[in-house]
Amino acid sequence: MNRINETFKRLKAQKKKAFIVYVTAGDPDINATKKIVRSLEHAGVDIVELGIPFSDPLADGPTIQRAIYRSLKAGCSAKKVLKMVKEIRKEVTIPLVFMTYYNIVFNYGVEKFIADSKRAGADGIIVPDLPLEESKEMTQAADKQDFCVIQLTAPTTPPERFRKIAAASRGFLYHVSLTGVTGARKDLSKKLGSDVKKLKKLTKKPLCVGFGISTPQQARDVAGAADGVIVGSAVIKVIEKNLKNRKVLADRVGAFARSIARAVHGDRS
Amino acid sequence: MRKKPNVPDKKGYFGEFGGEYVPETLMPSLRELDKAYRKTARTKDFRKKLEYYLSEYAGRATPLYFAEALTKKLGGGKIYLKREDLLHTGAHKINNTIGQALLALEMGKKRLIAETGAGQHGVATATVAALFGFECDVYMGTEDIERQNLNVFRMKLLGARVIPVESGSCTLKDAMNEAIRDWVTNVRNTFYVIGSVAGPHPYPMMVRDFQTVIGIEARRQVLKKEGRLPSHLVACVGGGSNSMGLFYPFRNDSKVEMIGVEAAGFGMGTGRHAAALMKGRVGILHGSKSYLLEDDDGQIKLAHSVSAGLDYPGVGPEHSYYMDEGRAKYVSITDKEALEGVKLLSETEGIIPALESAHAIAYLPKLARKTKKKDIIILCLSGRGDKDIDIMKKHM
Repeated sequence: MNRINETFKRLKAQKKKAFIVYVTAGDPDINATKKIVRSLEHAGVDIVELGIPFSDPLADGPTIQRAIYRSLKAGCSAKKVLKMVKEIRKEVTIPLVFMTYYNIVFNYGVEKFIADSKRAGADGIIVPDLPLEESKEMTQAADKQDFCVIQLTAPTTPPERFRKIAAASRGFLYHVSLTGVTGARKDLSKKLGSDVKKLKKLTKKPLCVGFGISTPQQARDVAGAADGVIVGSAVIKVIEKNLKNRKVLADRVGAFARSIARAVHGDRS
Repeated sequence: MRKKPNVPDKKGYFGEFGGEYVPETLMPSLRELDKAYRKTARTKDFRKKLEYYLSEYAGRATPLYFAEALTKKLGGGKIYLKREDLLHTGAHKINNTIGQALLALEMGKKRLIAETGAGQHGVATATVAALFGFECDVYMGTEDIERQNLNVFRMKLLGARVIPVESGSCTLKDAMNEAIRDWVTNVRNTFYVIGSVAGPHPYPMMVRDFQTVIGIEARRQVLKKEGRLPSHLVACVGGGSNSMGLFYPFRNDSKVEMIGVEAAGFGMGTGRHAAALMKGRVGILHGSKSYLLEDDDGQIKLAHSVSAGLDYPGVGPEHSYYMDEGRAKYVSITDKEALEGVKLLSETEGIIPALESAHAIAYLPKLARKTKKKDIIILCLSGRGDKDIDIMKKHM
């Protein structure tokens, strides 16, 4: 069984919600990312999304754009990220999911990308500019390898379409909390909780919510309705603040992640 | 002769090119747009309104002008200029923005956004926003704001906000990224007016259809003047809207040779050009699959052209289809040659072309050598050169 499915099975048995963290691989460099991923695992993160940088990240807000440019400037590429995953997979046991734009996968070759990802030890992929209609080729190739193509839904997705996307999604379903790009928001929609509860009635797949979530309180609120909470830009901001403190960078990221992990997992202390 | 199949197909594909590669947030909106376009834009009522504004407001039909002096000088086939430069706002872009604005009105949207390179599409969008009472924001790279300052002022005068984009190459590609981000955020009340035959389906089809007025008129005019079809069509290709507008109505006239002129920038061997068709690979950018300039890792390369309107690393998917099908051929012209093209047309015909259109002009001396006197060449003079005077002054 794929590590993602195992993780959600375990969490369900423990009556816990998943905490998923996005970082851009190679930000500020590949070695730092290796340390950050280990640190995130120790902090209680359930799944790590590794962004493979693309020059034109049109679904990302300023924070992740900056992370992507730092990564590209440091020479990161899909090949280097795959190599890194192969190396950290020796010690990291949580699921690792790629997040990238379709041109990166298409350029690499869809089937080859999935085969190489699987071999390296990655478990799935999220492609924000690949909607349901264009994703058949990738999902078919991935299904043969038990590799999860995770689909996204949005507040603008009508219920009938939501059902179709959920059915096509593997591992979990990524619900985008708002109309917009990635990035921390001060306030999330008051309706988000009730919207997510409604959406959960449309699918049995784990429903994880991302975009805009940056504080333990927001994470706790979302975890009240969803099966998982995804945080990206807020973590990148911690990386950004500690770019000159390389020695403590991974620890600081871990400490921040732990504060949100507790909120998501409902730990007291 | 067998007719070519109608493209795009229902999924928005021109052969293997096109499609809808956008975030899910936008998909319902693209569906709504596709439906509104198919339903509304083909009604008599809509066509009548569109024709009214195109003729009474924008100044159509544009002349198909016989460039006698230029023809004499070059010594080849007879050269006709399709004078899109005479349109209101100074370029062919207004054909498309009037169409999309009327559609936005029908759909009840309150706000228009646009990306712009040379500023012509931005001006054309700001113009229709003023005319029909939309709020309007135009995204423009900081390098283009610098080199097309006159158009920035025009947009502001028309009541639009010009939002500077400072990322990547600070040109058209980055302006389009930012416009898409705005669209994802404000999709419920905002209509994205894309300026070229690019972007996700249905844009390449819709923009093409709105621009085909160029080719439909040109075909009718040349038949009237010459009693026969042209042997060659020539137009510049950035995203490719003026060229597609000219080419499309001739697509089933198999003897008509179509030539798209890409920007070779500093030269095709320098790596600093904008020739996505001639030098690119198939990839995905800004919502569709097409030829584009990228490196081995799939990162989009920066394009270069002296002309802001051609300074784009991608190209509309239908051009990629035409190239692979062999229906059109594509050539390239350097910055330097384009500037010579400006001089050539200015001095022989008293017409100062936009730097974009000057790429097409600059190809004429090469084409003239291959044509005979009985051949007929139609060149789309897509815009006038006023906006480029500062750049011309710097380089000439």
